[in-house]
Amino acid sequence: MNLVEKILAAHAGKDHVSPGDFISAKVDVILANDITAPIAIREFWKLGLEKVFDPKKIVLVPDHFVPNKDIASAEQAKILREFSRAQGVNFFECGQMGIEHVILHEKGLVIPGDVVIGADSHTCTYGALGAFATGMGSTDIASAMGTGDIWMKVPPTIKFNYTGKLPKYVGGKDLILYTIGQIGVDGALYAAMEFGGEVIEKLSMEGRFTMANMAIEAGAKAGLFHADKKAVSYARSRSERKPIVFEPDADARYQAVHEYDVSKMEPQVALPHLPSNVKPVSQVGRVYLDQVVIGSCTNGRFEDLQMAASILNGKKVNSNLRCIIIPGSQQVYLDALRSGYIEVFINAGCAVSTPTCGPCLGGHMGILAAGEKCLATTNRNFVGRMGSPKSEVYLSSPAVAAASAIAGKIISPEL
Amino acid sequence: MLKGKTHKYGANVDTDAIIPARYLNVSAPDELARHCMEDIDLNFVKNVKPGDMIVATTNFGCGSSREHAPIAIKASGVSAVIAKSFARIFFRNAINIGLPLLESAEAVDVTEAGDELEINLAAGTINNLTKGKVFQAKPYPDFMGEIIKSGGLIEYTRQRLAGKAN
Repeated sequence: MNLVEKILAAHAGKDHVSPGDFISAKVDVILANDITAPIAIREFWKLGLEKVFDPKKIVLVPDHFVPNKDIASAEQAKILREFSRAQGVNFFECGQMGIEHVILHEKGLVIPGDVVIGADSHTCTYGALGAFATGMGSTDIASAMGTGDIWMKVPPTIKFNYTGKLPKYVGGKDLILYTIGQIGVDGALYAAMEFGGEVIEKLSMEGRFTMANMAIEAGAKAGLFHADKKAVSYARSRSERKPIVFEPDADARYQAVHEYDVSKMEPQVALPHLPSNVKPVSQVGRVYLDQVVIGSCTNGRFEDLQMAASILNGKKVNSNLRCIIIPGSQQVYLDALRSGYIEVFINAGCAVSTPTCGPCLGGHMGILAAGEKCLATTNRNFVGRMGSPKSEVYLSSPAVAAASAIAGKIISPEL
Repeated sequence: MLKGKTHKYGANVDTDAIIPARYLNVSAPDELARHCMEDIDLNFVKNVKPGDMIVATTNFGCGSSREHAPIAIKASGVSAVIAKSFARIFFRNAINIGLPLLESAEAVDVTEAGDELEINLAAGTINNLTKGKVFQAKPYPDFMGEIIKSGGLIEYTRQRLAGKAN
């Protein structure tokens, strides 16, 4: 069995599972946010239960519209708050809060070997730790909050091996954008993506979180990494639970194997309006920007802000655009503050925000007007994603975003 | 039997197109239905009638896990969505809330906007009344059939929990 099959078999209480099998898997973590939890809670009550199966395994994070942007979103957050108090589930209030897919592993709530389901498509982020993590809808979350298990179809796995040496300014975001560009937005539909190879072994946890995060952008059910020493020590330093490292068998089967030599890879940019519409930065052409956003569950971690600060240090954001920096969690914010990066950003003329998903999904804190162009380190550039359906979103790494914020147009950080 | 006119779209109709995030500060189905498809088709809400069907090519419903997307479609009066392929989470969400989805590349290729379709869910047949052609959709896996038969995931889970209690 491969990595996915090993994890799912263990959680289904079976010796063996194969792609296509329908199983009932025990879940270790159940997640929802201020958009998806209100529906999950509404559906949960229809089960006729008074209590969730295990409050310690449930996490509610109001991160999309918080601090609340209007009365309606405040009402939504209130539903989470009241449910959490009554049920005793994990809840992260504004002020301790961060973007869900930045704080769950940061706070040690997810560890290697877990099965995680979340009412948010980017739940696949935790695959970086060697967990099987997948996004679902609110009704699935409601059912799992009642029973502690979930039905699942065992997906086939597509393996991606990255070889060579990463050039300067090329990292996890570029690897995943390149990969999605190669296979398309439905290239891994109904499958799991497993990332490996010598490049991945050297990649930071931050880089791996970024890659796993965007597996859904290729239609994948999950994006996974083998939990190596780096992943295990990351989890051990944050959680008292014991990580379980699953090893694929020597004869593990894969639906397909892709090999990419990265030695000559340039930083990558996804052009409007699909994450698969990817070009090397040198071939993007002249794109003048109205806004740059550095943050989100894809690239709002410490390493991302460190990269942006190293480029913005002593420079000024171009006067034709606004640059918004959003640390992914309070911890990231504090670490960036102590490292002097927040001062770098403010001196450069950036707006620095409390953690929020806001602009990434066109919620608040950076909405685009008709005709405006934005380069973001987020994960999607669909029509209307960040505001007006007549606006355009480009996706890149924090390095390209920071360099472009100074230049006023999309540019390589090498220039 | 489901019967209605078709609204046709292309590939990769994403959840931001089905229900833009700016409307997700509410979750009431009728409120969501008022903005269904608006970023790619402003006329959808004006034109859609109870029983109508959405027909699209590949990867329908890609993007977010927001259940608001199938909820908005269902609350618009749409009786079924037919596509060549669906995004995984959208497929699951639609089955869970009782919005029928059918996969048939042939039916999608032949059907044009405005065609009248008749669907027999039990048999999995799509009858294009305008073109006079009948298509067979890919059957649901047995397990999903059970959920559909129960009336959605919550009812299915209720029955499971009741079984445990006995």
